[in-house]
Amino acid sequence: MLRDVTLGQYYPVESPLHRLDPRMKLSATMLYIVSLFIANNPACYLLATAALLLAIRISRVPVRHFLKGLRPIFMLLLISMLFNLFLTGGEPVLVHWAIFTITWPGVRQAIYMAVRLILLIMGSALMTYTTTPTSLTDGMEKGLRFLKAFHVPVHEIAMMMSIALRFIPILADEADKIQKAQMARGANFEEGSIVQRAKAMVPLLVPLFISAFRRATDLATAMEARCYHGGAGRTKMHPLHYQSGDRIAYLLLFAYLAFVILLRVIL
Amino acid sequence: MAIIKTDNLVYEFTRRDENNEVVETVRAVDDVSLEIAPGEFIAVLGRNGSGKSTIARQLNALLLPTSGTVWVDGMNTQDGEHLWDIRQTAGMVFQNPDNQIISSVVEEDVGFGPENMGVPTEEIWKRVDRSLEAVGMTAYRRSSPEHLSGGQKQRVAIAGVMAMKPKCIILDEPTAMLDPSGRKEVIQTVRELNQSEGITVILITHYMEETVNADRIYVVDQGVVRMKGTPREVFSQADRLKELKLTVPQVTELACEMKKAGVDLPGGILTVEELAGALCR
Ligand SMILES: Nc1ncnc2c1ncn2[C@@H]1O[C@H](COP(=O)(O)OP(=O)(O)OP(=O)(O)O)[C@@H](O)[C@H]1O
Ligand SMILES: [Mg+2]
Repeated sequence: MLRDVTLGQYYPVESPLHRLDPRMKLSATMLYIVSLFIANNPACYLLATAALLLAIRISRVPVRHFLKGLRPIFMLLLISMLFNLFLTGGEPVLVHWAIFTITWPGVRQAIYMAVRLILLIMGSALMTYTTTPTSLTDGMEKGLRFLKAFHVPVHEIAMMMSIALRFIPILADEADKIQKAQMARGANFEEGSIVQRAKAMVPLLVPLFISAFRRATDLATAMEARCYHGGAGRTKMHPLHYQSGDRIAYLLLFAYLAFVILLRVIL
Repeated sequence: MAIIKTDNLVYEFTRRDENNEVVETVRAVDDVSLEIAPGEFIAVLGRNGSGKSTIARQLNALLLPTSGTVWVDGMNTQDGEHLWDIRQTAGMVFQNPDNQIISSVVEEDVGFGPENMGVPTEEIWKRVDRSLEAVGMTAYRRSSPEHLSGGQKQRVAIAGVMAMKPKCIILDEPTAMLDPSGRKEVIQTVRELNQSEGITVILITHYMEETVNADRIYVVDQGVVRMKGTPREVFSQADRLKELKLTVPQVTELACEMKKAGVDLPGGILTVEELAGALCR
């Protein structure tokens, strides 16, 4: 179960979306998330969903893959829905039982919250599925270059992010192995109270951390051996230049954003 | 001129306590003098903790000598201004394939070294193409390293070093974490690079079978070079090797035992074919 993390992992197929400039995809993701918070009526959410489905279609990444990526946040989704459902006040009241009150605004809020969260996760996943970590790094580095003026280590942050993405599956795999090894020796991760289960995680996390540190040292040495010495003087395999495809994508993005705002204002 | 030369190389690890007082020093490399000519295939053998990795790390300035000197293609490793030239000249492949692949796409990983060196974009792509070709991984160039076998990952790591156009490759137990077929695949690749591209190879290993085709072997123990010579010279002294806690290849061991038992055989037999040939004579 720990092994199949799909969240944040590049999905290697050829598609127009894969070819877009990473800066374009980064800003699109950002603005899409903003649009989800601008949205406040069913029409807006329908539009946002339709836009995302269209983008997914173009990306040629199977929808199945996205759904798998959603699994880890299922609990979070459920909890935030319940909170919204029970804790939003207002009129009219639909159900009233003991201390629980469900109101119509509560139901609406819960549904909006869920849709928002799902679209948000799927939207960001779309970016990572269609952009290699290196390209994401390059995009961030170039797109956020202006922050260097404020002494933000843009290159280093971008490199750290890209390496983190590269090591997610490796560490997940390792966690899985350690868990199985502990289970073979009688550790129980599935039963008991929450406290007991949390305690059972300790023997899993300690070896995982030790191994992560060892890997980090190894990786640093390997990077140094391959002449890595920070961002200065580095050339790129994929220098970033906007193409006509990116211009079209920006146009579509702004049209979409304008529509969402319009729908919010008029409805 | 030697591509790699060390003069009385000594390296000590020092452990310090909180007050920066030296608690103990471990002499991991003790008075090692090597001389390696361009194009040679050198194997370094030694048991665990014998100082092989520490020697390897001296050869591309990942560690600097406590005393003595290391010359890489005429450059002194202690000379800070040549640091990046040295690392480019003597590339290094490590033991764990997962911990040295930086990118999630094979070809991007191969390009990592040239990118750091500031090679122009077009030239990077040429080098990536050539290096992947040289290790036979072109078909996997767009794959994620996650989906490759251990042997394939090591070949990608070798391609990553090749793309830096080194004169010499140092491989620190590149096969230790691989299965037998992966091991064969990696050693084969290294041999081809040595023969067709003329790259100097320094292969560190504790698998004897991988060293029989080397031009010369150095055997180290406790940081000291105990034996050196051609594989035949080294393996004919099976008893010495055993003293150093190394096992000789199975055929060689068998030949040795037969010789002791009175069969008339030449010393230092390395392959099954050789033994069969000698017996049928
Ligand atoms: N960072 C370190 N600090 C202190 N001592 C060290 C350190 N690294 C290695 N040593 C010691 O130096 C000696 C040589 O270690 P080295 O790693 O070079 O051996 P090796 O031949 O590569 O062994 P292996 O086959 O396990 O890779 C060992 O005794 C080891 O304990
Ligand atoms: Mg070692």
